[in-house]
Amino acid sequence: MSRLRVFRSLVKDSLDAITHGSKRYHLWMAALTFIMLVGMYCYSIQLDEGLSVTGMTDRVSWGLYISNFTFLVGVAAAAVMLVMPTYVLKDVDFKQAVLIGEGLAVAALIMCLAFVVADMGGPSVLWHMIPGIGVFNFPNSMLTWDVLVLNGYLFLNITIPFYILFRHYQGKESKKSVYVPGAILSVFWAVGIHLVTAFLYQGLQARPFWNNALLGPRFLASAFAAGPALIILVLAIIRNFTEFKIQDKTIKKIAMVVTVAAQINLIMLVSELFKEFYAPTHHSESAYYLFFGLHGKNALLPWIWTAIPLNVLATVLLTFHKLRNNFKVLYFCCFILFIAIWIEKGFGLIVPGFIPGPYGKIAEYTPTGIEIGVTLGIWALGAFVFTVLAKTAIGIELGKLRYKKQ
Amino acid sequence: MSSNNKKWFSLNLGTKPKASNKSCSCGKTSGGCGGAHSEQQQLSDEEFAKAAINASIGEERVKDGFDQVFDVKMDRRSAFKKLTASLLIGAGAVSTSCSVISGDEAKEKAQIDWEEQFKGNYKLMTDKEKEATVNRLVRSYQLRTGKTISMSSKNAEEDVLFGYAFNISKCQGYMDCVNACVEENNQDRNSQMQYIRIHEMKDGNGFSFDEADDNYYHEVPAEGHFYMGTQCFHCDNPPCVNVCPVQATWREDDGLVVVDYDWCVGCRYCMAACPYDGRRFNWSKPEVPEAEVNHNQHYLGNRMRKKGVMEKCTFCVQRSRAGKNPACVEACPTGARIFGNLLDPNSTIRWVLENKKVFRLKEDLGTEPKFWYFMD
Repeated sequence: MSRLRVFRSLVKDSLDAITHGSKRYHLWMAALTFIMLVGMYCYSIQLDEGLSVTGMTDRVSWGLYISNFTFLVGVAAAAVMLVMPTYVLKDVDFKQAVLIGEGLAVAALIMCLAFVVADMGGPSVLWHMIPGIGVFNFPNSMLTWDVLVLNGYLFLNITIPFYILFRHYQGKESKKSVYVPGAILSVFWAVGIHLVTAFLYQGLQARPFWNNALLGPRFLASAFAAGPALIILVLAIIRNFTEFKIQDKTIKKIAMVVTVAAQINLIMLVSELFKEFYAPTHHSESAYYLFFGLHGKNALLPWIWTAIPLNVLATVLLTFHKLRNNFKVLYFCCFILFIAIWIEKGFGLIVPGFIPGPYGKIAEYTPTGIEIGVTLGIWALGAFVFTVLAKTAIGIELGKLRYKKQ
Repeated sequence: MSSNNKKWFSLNLGTKPKASNKSCSCGKTSGGCGGAHSEQQQLSDEEFAKAAINASIGEERVKDGFDQVFDVKMDRRSAFKKLTASLLIGAGAVSTSCSVISGDEAKEKAQIDWEEQFKGNYKLMTDKEKEATVNRLVRSYQLRTGKTISMSSKNAEEDVLFGYAFNISKCQGYMDCVNACVEENNQDRNSQMQYIRIHEMKDGNGFSFDEADDNYYHEVPAEGHFYMGTQCFHCDNPPCVNVCPVQATWREDDGLVVVDYDWCVGCRYCMAACPYDGRRFNWSKPEVPEAEVNHNQHYLGNRMRKKGVMEKCTFCVQRSRAGKNPACVEACPTGARIFGNLLDPNSTIRWVLENKKVFRLKEDLGTEPKFWYFMD
């Protein structure tokens, strides 16, 4: 029961910590709350009227929600790039960053689940999907695999940092024998979640744009570029606004991870483009639509031609040590890389899968205001969750939050 | 469910047969080298299937709805937990159904809604449970609109496998099939949902779907064009069925690929998986004017759908299982559409398959559609 008492005190302390802060912090949280409320209002309209309030149709049946879901699975998976060196390779200088990375993974996973639920036509019967209560089409449906791996990953990423923080909160050292097995498992699990999510699309013979063997590996490469890029940006913000110490060495090491992943991603992009455009077949039409437009329909052109140059520019800049070690350039690169991959692995991947349709019909997709509202709301939810987690974690790590300190 | 050996006429166009249990060491796939041996093999196959089903579904086969959910072995603690949770949820329903103010009908409606919300997957229901849910739905419709519908829960018949053939030479693009389909199957009128698409193709270009128009609005037949229709092809190896996370869509024993509208969660994965554009989604609440509702319904077919679920062509299950042709076949003024039992050697569809040069769309995908095209 003493543990329960500690837990209760932890919850109380963390509530205390997250409701107190600077003016800027309060403004930030208020803004997030406002966006979340707007998102909830938009979602209530969607619940009431049905998915017809979105831009999706029978021709393009997945849109902004699934795009963001796909991208965020990658962000969540990227936490592993920090977990591995810290817990497994015993490279201690990542330890400060790893809690942040895991917090980011939790926030990203919550966003993923929220996007999936937002995309469902019948959220009231989602219990049909709960193993044991409903009918779970395992192992045939890749979606059931995804449900399992995402929730498992969420569990791992909540329990490991929670254990560590719980021990630190009591002023004790965390036991390696407890969390290292979990950390090692989560390394494999992270690769799993992203590969399974790629298989979700890769396994559809109906959509040649997705049905290629490179999709899974490319998902991993782009995820390990975009995820750590986001972590660098977040660490930069935390460094600026809190006393939490993050060494330059840590950021530089993560930057190295980003660079290598971005380079591999670029090589795979070249390979993909070569295959689609050197000897174009009937199956290359989606790629043509994405990059050049088809029959005058070219809604995605501005997006993809923003993403590709940003991607190339960031990768080239990061490749030079001198530029990468300049933090201003690094942050800029991370930002544009994140945007580029969000476009490319988001709707740059999902929407062209449906265009042209199975019989060549080209019907374009434009998200509606309500859809964008819900999407922004979910992103705000993620940012909110992350801020709460990070504030508590930083409080504990800095020694500000301690059991029975008062 | 279906045994591996195909019982119907099959065009072997290069798709490799699934491991046939019928072949034996002598290499023959039919007849058998030593009579009794193959017979015995057959029997053990059946036994094997039975055992496999028992092992995989086990108790669930005879249970449904609440039973699927609640009639499970559990220890006292989890039972207590579940009881508490369900008591909390149930309290709301009880307060509605026990309310003195609301009338008997409102209570009955609440009771039906409650039972419908928490019923099981139709695919796993026993015949009795199927009947019960159908009765509830009929009663619910009566309470809501005052009209009586007839709804069937007829299962697939033995030795029936439905197939469809489409004569490209005959189709003139009149779209009578499309209209008949919409009327028969109570499709949403607001969004103008149509299961059938008629593609208008230019003569001399062959089957170039990307240049075809599936949404034309002019006098037909247009000069220099020919027409062909597509709809759900009721594949024998349907990709949509595999991907469904909750088994809300499946292949019936008579070959129909159907959807349990009440079990579908609306994720639209099946829609992405279908290579033939055969599935439709209810993006908003489907509406059919009361006067136009077809009251002759089937649970898996044309009963009223709700918002946020998938639906599709069922070869008019309410008609085909009653021995009639689907509405599109009956409505076609040119006789371009042929429907029948592939296992009946005297059926028209068999005659077409045996005497015409038939082909199917996108056969390279291995989906094995039961929808053939041919020309005179």
